[in-house]
Amino acid sequence: MTIGLGHYLTVAAILFTIGIFGIFLNRKNVIIILMSIELILLAVNVNLVAFSAFLGDLVGQIYALLVLTVAAAEAAIGLAILVAYYRNRGSIAVEDINLMKG
Amino acid sequence: MIFPALFFYLFAGVCIAAAVMVIAARNPVHSVLFLILAFVNAAALFVLLGAEFLAMILIIVYVGAVLVLFLFVVMMLDVDFAQLRQGFMQYLPIGAFLGAILLIELVLVLVSWTIGPDVQRTITTPIPPIASTVNAEALGHVLYTRYVYFFQAAGVVLLVAMIGAIVLTLRHKPHVKRQNIAEQVARTKATAIDLVKVRPGQGL
Repeated sequence: MTIGLGHYLTVAAILFTIGIFGIFLNRKNVIIILMSIELILLAVNVNLVAFSAFLGDLVGQIYALLVLTVAAAEAAIGLAILVAYYRNRGSIAVEDINLMKG
Repeated sequence: MIFPALFFYLFAGVCIAAAVMVIAARNPVHSVLFLILAFVNAAALFVLLGAEFLAMILIIVYVGAVLVLFLFVVMMLDVDFAQLRQGFMQYLPIGAFLGAILLIELVLVLVSWTIGPDVQRTITTPIPPIASTVNAEALGHVLYTRYVYFFQAAGVVLLVAMIGAIVLTLRHKPHVKRQNIAEQVARTKATAIDLVKVRPGQGL
């Protein structure tokens, strides 16, 4: 019983689906939505590293490193926006975020 | 060897279970803690794949910084999370429907996929054998030479994110007294002392 590329891709696909599902399930809670986005990016990273390992190409790991950087920046900015929004409105409910009527 | 397979199923199973608990937990603090568990197990999967450097980065940067930031924000905001969970069941059918469609599509891709015959020729930087070069060293050899501009761009992204987060959250309260050193140094005897002649019986 050897673990092949397909096993890792399956794990990544399940993680990705859980992330998408989490966004739909917690429509009101921005913090859980941000965490779901982190899960999705983790699934992408698992894919990249798995392909890198099984194809023997190092570039996939470098790409995963860059994805990690962007994900960290996104988390920091998202949480900063969340804190600023909470200070102004006293709530983080998503359906209240309709000031611009977009 | 059965041990790699055993550990793969252990880490993958815990990772997926923790990911399910992230979106299903009632308390967001528990969600963050389960996310930490998911990330640690994903790092273990990276170790199994031979990407030790990324695994350590995942634990140090992600669990150590980003998720602790999440925890900090969740605990700092005084939000009624029970109210935010209303409508959870209302969105369950549509969410399950879309999630199922997505999973079926991904499975269809997974079962029908093959690696193209000329992929092996397009590999630009093969992974060196672990006996001669460890993973971190091999990554460094590639990252600091061929991909140095991407490395710099990642640094710029982090710098912009840092400045943006500071600008968004920095707030000066108007009633806080602060020390102004320039003003203190510029004080002289003439500006500091004001002599007033008080006449008797009248006060100031």
